[in-house]
Amino acid sequence: MAAESNGAANQPGTADQGYYRHDTPQQDLRVIGKPLRKVDARTKVTGRTGYADNLSLPRMVYMKLLRSTQAHARIRSIDTSAAAAMPGVVGILLGSELPNQFGILPVSNDEHTLAIDRVRFVGDPVAAVAALDEETAWAACRAIVVDYEPLPVIGSPAEALATPEPRIHDYGDEGNVHKYVNLQFGDVERGFAESDLVRQDVFFFEGNTHLPMEQHACLADYDKDHKVTIHSSTQTPHYLHKALTKVLAMPASNIRVIACPNGGGFGGKSDPFNHEVAACAMSRKIGRPVKCSLTREEVFHCHRGRHPVLMKAKIGVRKDGEIQALDFESHLDGGAFGSYGVASTFYTGALQTVTYQLKNYHFRGARYFTNKAPCGPKRGHGTVQPRFALECLLDKVACDLDLDPAEMRLRHLAKRGELTANFMRIGSMGLGECIEKVVAGSGWKERRGKLPFGRGLGLACSSYLSGAGLPIYWNAMPHSGVQLQLDRSGLVTVFCGSTDIGQGSMSVLAYVVAEVLGLDPMKLRIVTADTDLTPVDLGSYSSRVTLMTGNAAMQAAERAKEIVAAAVAEKLEVPKSNLVFADEHVFDAADPSRRMSFAEAVIAAEAKFGTVGTVGSYKPPRSAARFKGGGVGPSPSYSYTAAVVEIEVDPETGQYTIPKIWVAHDVGRSINAALVMGQIEGSVYMGLGEATMEESAYRDRSHKGKRVFLHNQPSMLDYKSPLAVDMPEVVTYIVEDHDPNGPWGAKEAGQGPLLPIMPAVANAVFDAVGVRIDTNPITPERIFAALQSKAKGGEARFGPSDVPAVAWPEPRVVPPPWEGGDGKEVASDAPAPTRSGGKG
Amino acid sequence: MLRLPTFRYHRPRTAAEAVRILAESGPKARFVAGGTDLYPNMKRRHQSAEHLISLARVEELRGIDGDGPAGTCTIGAMTTLREIERDPRIGAWYPAFVQAVASVSSPLLRNMGTIGGNLLLDTRCNYYNQTEEWRASIDFCMKERGPICWVAPGSPRCYAVQSSDTVPLLCAIGAEVTLLSPGGERRVAVDDLYRDDGIAYLTKRPDELLTRVHLPASGAWSAAYHKLRRRGSIDFPVLGVGAWVARDGERIADVRVRIGGVGSMPIHATETEAMLRGQPVTEELVRAAAELSFKPARTMDNTDSEVPYRKKMAPIFVRRALSECLGL
Repeated sequence: MAAESNGAANQPGTADQGYYRHDTPQQDLRVIGKPLRKVDARTKVTGRTGYADNLSLPRMVYMKLLRSTQAHARIRSIDTSAAAAMPGVVGILLGSELPNQFGILPVSNDEHTLAIDRVRFVGDPVAAVAALDEETAWAACRAIVVDYEPLPVIGSPAEALATPEPRIHDYGDEGNVHKYVNLQFGDVERGFAESDLVRQDVFFFEGNTHLPMEQHACLADYDKDHKVTIHSSTQTPHYLHKALTKVLAMPASNIRVIACPNGGGFGGKSDPFNHEVAACAMSRKIGRPVKCSLTREEVFHCHRGRHPVLMKAKIGVRKDGEIQALDFESHLDGGAFGSYGVASTFYTGALQTVTYQLKNYHFRGARYFTNKAPCGPKRGHGTVQPRFALECLLDKVACDLDLDPAEMRLRHLAKRGELTANFMRIGSMGLGECIEKVVAGSGWKERRGKLPFGRGLGLACSSYLSGAGLPIYWNAMPHSGVQLQLDRSGLVTVFCGSTDIGQGSMSVLAYVVAEVLGLDPMKLRIVTADTDLTPVDLGSYSSRVTLMTGNAAMQAAERAKEIVAAAVAEKLEVPKSNLVFADEHVFDAADPSRRMSFAEAVIAAEAKFGTVGTVGSYKPPRSAARFKGGGVGPSPSYSYTAAVVEIEVDPETGQYTIPKIWVAHDVGRSINAALVMGQIEGSVYMGLGEATMEESAYRDRSHKGKRVFLHNQPSMLDYKSPLAVDMPEVVTYIVEDHDPNGPWGAKEAGQGPLLPIMPAVANAVFDAVGVRIDTNPITPERIFAALQSKAKGGEARFGPSDVPAVAWPEPRVVPPPWEGGDGKEVASDAPAPTRSGGKG
Repeated sequence: MLRLPTFRYHRPRTAAEAVRILAESGPKARFVAGGTDLYPNMKRRHQSAEHLISLARVEELRGIDGDGPAGTCTIGAMTTLREIERDPRIGAWYPAFVQAVASVSSPLLRNMGTIGGNLLLDTRCNYYNQTEEWRASIDFCMKERGPICWVAPGSPRCYAVQSSDTVPLLCAIGAEVTLLSPGGERRVAVDDLYRDDGIAYLTKRPDELLTRVHLPASGAWSAAYHKLRRRGSIDFPVLGVGAWVARDGERIADVRVRIGGVGSMPIHATETEAMLRGQPVTEELVRAAAELSFKPARTMDNTDSEVPYRKKMAPIFVRRALSECLGL
C-alpha cells in the first residue's frame, strides 16, 4: 500500500493568534508522530495476550444461555426440572431472580438479564445454566422447556407504525415508536425558495454488524468477602460497572470490572450485556467462578450494530452548489431494545452540518422497536447512513448542475472556527486538503466521466467526532482520568480506565507520557481498564480516547514534570526553566553535561517531596448547543475524510470489482503515523464490506399461521464480509490540520475514514454505468436491476420510493447563529403537527 | 457453532479395511476424507456419526496416475484439491478441471479438502446449513428432523442444492468414478452419481467408498467452468456452469452443459445442447442456445443471492462458458 504524509501542514495565521495551545513543531517531538510499535505488540504476536476467553480460575464452571426461539411471545412457564437433574449441572438462573433492568442509556433501561415474562426477538436470553463443562451446560439448556404464547411479530418500521399494540416495550413516544425527534434550524422553506435547484431523494441503508474476530467472553468470581470481580471483553468497563451495581443491587465498591484486551470491538462491546450480568449473578448464587464464552451466533444476537435507516432528503442549492436548505428525515429500525438508540437517532441528524456550509436545516428522526436483535453503535455511529444519503445526493446535485462534484464541495466547505446551523463548533478543518489529495492522486480531473463505459470514479467526503462532548449519564466529572506513579527505579506507571480494543489506546498513553517526560515508551508500565485500580475513563467509543485520555495523560505528565524539575533544579543548581527532559535524562539546556538520569531525578524528587504521583483529567469544552437534543453531536474536534473509489462494472451482470481507492484523512496530528494508517486502511476495509455486501438481513416466513422471523445468516460463512482477496489497493494520505483541543493537535482516526466509502462506491457506479444505487449495500443484484430498469425505459435507479407517513411532534425551533441564535430553542410558532411523506 | 460431539475415530490403512469397518460399525458410521465439510456440519449438529472412519492413512487412495491423451488418467479420491490444482499434468491435459478445482472454497481448505469429498459434498440450503438453535427456531426442516421443506413448504421433497464446483465440470466432460463395497467394485459416470433429491442426493450406496476418479481422454474437446458467488474466495457457488464441447472443424460435434448450484443435482441444459449439436459455430447460435438454459435453471430460495437474479445469470454464464470452449 502506498502512503504519503504531508508532514506539518498546519495553518499559519491561526497559530499566531495563540490558538494552538498544544502545537509543537514536528522536529521537537521524539515520540509523537513516530511509527513506533504498539506497547503490547510483542505480547499479541506471540499469542500471550490475555483475552477473556483465555482466563480460568480454580473450581471454575461454564455457563450457557438458553435463548428464545420465538420472535415475539409471552412466556407462560419455564420448566427447568429435567435440566436441573442432569449430572454436571451446578446452577440454573431465571429472569425472575434479577428483576432490576439495565441499559446503556439512563432513558432506556429496558433490558432484563434474562427474560421474565416476554421475549422480544429470536436470541433473547431466557435462562442461564452453569455446569462442570460447556457441553453439559448446552445440553441442559436444550432440556429446559419454555411454554411460549406467540404475539404478533413486528418486523419493520412500517409494521411498528401499523401495529401500535401490542407494544414491544411499555415506554417510548407512542405505540411501537421509541423516539421522535424534530429539530429546526432556520427556515428551510425560505431556503428552498431561494434555491436554483431543489431535489428530493429517498435512500435506504441496510443494517450490518461489527463482526469482531473475538466473540464476547467473561469470567465472573464472587468471593467470600461478598465482592465480585468480572473480567470481560468490554469496551466500556465503567458503564458495565454501573449496570452491575443496579442489577445485582450491590454497592459499586464491591464490584470490580476488568476489561480484557478486546479482539476487536467496533461498538459491539460497548453495551452492558446479559451474559456479563448473568455470570456475576450465577457466581454469587453458586459460589464458584463462572465462565461464559459466546458462540458466533450469539454475537449476532448481541449485535448493537448499524441501524437499518430509511431516509428522505430534500436539498436546495444555488447554481454554484451552495446549499440553501436541507430537510432530512430518518427512520431507524431499532430492534428489540433501546441500547444507544436515542443517541443513534440524534446522530442521524447531527453531522450533516459540519462538512459544507448549510444555512437552513430541518431534521426529523424516528426510531422504532421491532422484533430483531437490538441495533446500536457501530463504527461511525448513526452518522454513516445519513452521510451515505447526503454524499449521494450531492453527487446528483453536481450532475444536475453540471459541476465537478469535487470542485463543488471544495467551494462550500464549512469554515474553521465557526459554529454550524445546529451549533457544532468547527475547530481545525482539513477537508479541503483531503479533497485535493485524492483528486490529484486518482487523476480525477482527467479521468472522471471520461473512462470507457463500465469503468468509473466516485468521490465522497465525511466528518466524525473526536469524542462525544457529553457523557452518557449526566454528571459534572471528567470524562477521562489518568494517574501516574513514579518509582525510585525510574519506572513510570500509568493508570487509566481506558480500554484497548486493538486501536492502540494503551500505546497512546505511553507515547504521551514518554514524550512529556523524555522517556522510552516501551519502558513504561501501563495499567488500564480496572475499576478497582484505575481512574474512570468513560470507555472506548465515539473516537474519544486519543483526544481525551491523551489530554488527561498530558496533564498528569506535565504535573509530574513540574515536581521532578523542581527537585532537579535544586540539585543541579540550574534554573527550572532551563531543564530539558529527553533520552531518559534531565538536562540543563545551556550545558547538557549537567544532567541526571530520570531515575536519579525521581529519587531527588521523592527525597524532596515524598512519594511522587500525579493525576490528570479531561473534560470537553462546554458546547454551544443548548437545545434539548443538542447533547448529541458536539465534540472537541471533528476529523475529516475524502475518498475516491475506482470501479469496474460488468454491465451485463452488475458484478463489479474495485481495483483502487484513494483516501485522505485529516487526523489533526498523528500520535503514531503507523497506527493512524492502520485505522484508515481498516476503516476503508470495513466500509467496503458495508458498501459491497454486508447485511444484517432477516428471514421472514409464514407457515400455517406461524410467522418465523429471525436473522438470515448468523455465521461468518453466510454473513458475507470481504476477504483479503477482495481488498483493493489503497493509497492513504494523512493530512494534519492541528486542532487546538487535541494533544499536540491530534484528532480521531478510528471511525471517520469509514464514512465516505459507501457513497463513493455508489457514485462510482453512476460514473461507470449511469445508474444510481440509493440502497446500501450496493450489490450486483441491485446494479443489475437498475440497469434492466434503465434499459426498459424506467428509472435508472435502484432504491426505495418513499418513507412511512408519520405524525411528527412540534419542531424544536433553534435560530442558527447568523440569525442571532444563542443555541437555545425558541417558542415555536408552527401550527399543529403536519403529516409528511407517505402516500396518504 | 459448538465443539465437536463425541465419536469413535477409526484409522484404517487400506480401502478394503475401511469398507469392512464401515460395514461392521452399524448405521451411524461414515467415512471422513478432508473433513472440511463434515466437521463444521457436525459442530452445527446437522450431521452426526458415532463412528468416523478416516481415510487419511489409506495411501492407495492418493495420487494422480496414467496418461491424459491415452484416456488412462486417474485420481485417487483422497488426493487433495490443492495437489490437483498444482499438478502440471492435470494443468496441461485438463485446464478446465483445474479452473473448477481452484474455485473451490479457499486455499487453506483446498489443502485439506479432497476430490472424493468434493464430489460427495452434502447438499446445502439456507434453512439447513444453520446452527442447532437457528434450526430449532424454525422447527427444523425435512433434511434434518423437521416436517417440511422451507424452500417449498407444499413440496413432499427437499430442495437442498448441489454445491460442489467440480461436479458440473466432471459431469460435463464425462468423467467416471470407481465405487468399492464389500461386494466388489463398480464404475459409474459422474453424471449418474446424483439424484434430484436434496436428502438422497447420491446414487452411491452408503456402504460404498468412492476410491478413484477416471478422467476421459484429453485432446479433441474443450471445457470451461464459470462460477457465480459473492466473494473472491470461500463461497460456495450460487451458480456454477460446466460446459464441454467437441468440435468437428467448424461444427459442434457434441456438447454437454451442466448447471450447478441451482438444483439438488447438476441441471442438464438439454435444449441448449440440442440446439447446438451438429451446427456450425456462430456467436448468434451460442447466444440463442444459451437463452434456452433460462427455463431449466429453476432457482429457489436456498442459497445466497437473489432467486430471480441467479436465474437471469444462468444464460449469461452458460453463454460465457460455451464461448470460452469455442474460443469466441
